[in-house]
Amino acid sequence: MRYALLLYSDPVAGPEQGSPEQAAEMQQWFAYTEALQGAGALLGGEPLHGTDTATTVKVRDGGTVTTDGPFAETKETLGGFYLIDVETIDDAIEWAAKIPLAPYGSVEVRPIMELPTEA
Amino acid sequence: MQQSVVAQVFADEWPKIVATLVREVRDIDLAEDAAQQAFTEAAASWGPTNTPSRPGAWLLTTARRRAVDVIRRNATLRAKLGDAVDLDSAIDGDANRIGGESEPGDPEPNQLLDDQLALIFGCCHPALNREAQIAITLRSVCGLSTRQIAAAFLISEATMAKRLVRAKDKIRAAAIPFTVPPRDRLTERLDAVLAVIYLIYTAGHSANDGAVLIRGNLCDEARWLASLVADLLPDQSEAWGLSALINLTDARREARTDEAGQLVLLADQDRSKWDGTLIEAGRYRLNHADGLDQPGPYQIQAAIASTHAIASSEETTQWETIVAMYDHLAIWEPTPVVALNRAAAISKAYGPAAGLEALDKLAFESADELDDYRYYHAARADMLFRLSRRSEAADSYRRALDLTTNESERRFLSKRLAEC
Repeated sequence: MRYALLLYSDPVAGPEQGSPEQAAEMQQWFAYTEALQGAGALLGGEPLHGTDTATTVKVRDGGTVTTDGPFAETKETLGGFYLIDVETIDDAIEWAAKIPLAPYGSVEVRPIMELPTEA
Repeated sequence: MQQSVVAQVFADEWPKIVATLVREVRDIDLAEDAAQQAFTEAAASWGPTNTPSRPGAWLLTTARRRAVDVIRRNATLRAKLGDAVDLDSAIDGDANRIGGESEPGDPEPNQLLDDQLALIFGCCHPALNREAQIAITLRSVCGLSTRQIAAAFLISEATMAKRLVRAKDKIRAAAIPFTVPPRDRLTERLDAVLAVIYLIYTAGHSANDGAVLIRGNLCDEARWLASLVADLLPDQSEAWGLSALINLTDARREARTDEAGQLVLLADQDRSKWDGTLIEAGRYRLNHADGLDQPGPYQIQAAIASTHAIASSEETTQWETIVAMYDHLAIWEPTPVVALNRAAAISKAYGPAAGLEALDKLAFESADELDDYRYYHAARADMLFRLSRRSEAADSYRRALDLTTNESERRFLSKRLAEC
């Protein structure tokens, strides 16, 4: 089963930019990603720039509407994701709980929709 | 075949067949549909002279065949289940054994119990919300129909059907497993299982509205579930505590309402109507929990219920012990409801003035939560009445009446109000 682990947090939560705490957290991120890789569960994943860099695009009445900013203004914003391949949601929950931002943010676990493939 | 015989076989066999099939086909919807078909066929074809000697084996074999039919027809299921499911060989093993003794194709008794426990843990998985956990446990583990579950929770059958479909969709899409969690996660996961069973029991035990005070069916299912989980997890003290609590509370079921269906308070209950067998079972289970030396809220509540159960009357009840138990329970559950019960016990142990003092202290601390709580006003009214403060008692009874929709409780409060 493939799952997306969507990483949400308040941008001002967590260690401050450039602080020793942030450097320590970076090590945790590397270790976590390596652990996922070592378990053969990592398919992909990227961190995202903040929502102040986001652009939202819609097509309405045949025209493209482009606006500055995220789709929804919320306190906790999507900051990155992992794509993993594990047996069941129990494994996905276990990996989600180990993500370094889990203590101050939230991780949304979403199963990947398997589209029917040509036989 | 006689309707009642089919119903009995259904009640006995449904939980086992669904649990076995969920392990074998790894899809709860398919397992249920196949079981349902097997029961439909049984109802149509069994007669007085051609009922299989082992109805359970007949039903399991038929259900397996129906499941295989569906898998063969359905490409998506085939792809999903892959080689994991070897039902064909299971069915081969079934051949000719329907009328005979136990055969190698039968699930081992231990395997069957493991399957049932796994099914319960899957239905109560924390990735499902509580309402969904309750609904799907009653449907899949207990075999209640959608209509029965809807009626018990006072919602429409369509709404309950939607709830069940949503739950099953999530189970499938998110790959919620039907397995017993590993040891290091067991206690944490068991909390949800016990909470679901307890909520099923309380839903059966006391309806908030409507005229029916006790919906016995849910009480029976909860008692059965609690026993099953406790028996399968002998070292989990809270599982035994909950099973004890349900047995001891359910022992009072007959005495809890009178012939007119009116609520009878514990103090006024005819204790000869208490079910001695259930009390015995509850005390045995509480004793087992005590022996594990890991107290928890269900166990403490069971101990309180047990103290009531062994008293021959309200007067001879060991209220001081009960107060101490509520002190203990308040550490685990520091809620106004527990504090309220503690105050009521204090009034029995040390007099209404002491009880009222505890109640005043409680009202000072959590006025907001209690003001809309009918039992708070009823308890206060009772203490004031016993202190001969009749007009204040009447005010509190009126407030309690305003907050009560349950018909039998309303009749009780009105009667008391008339005595003020």
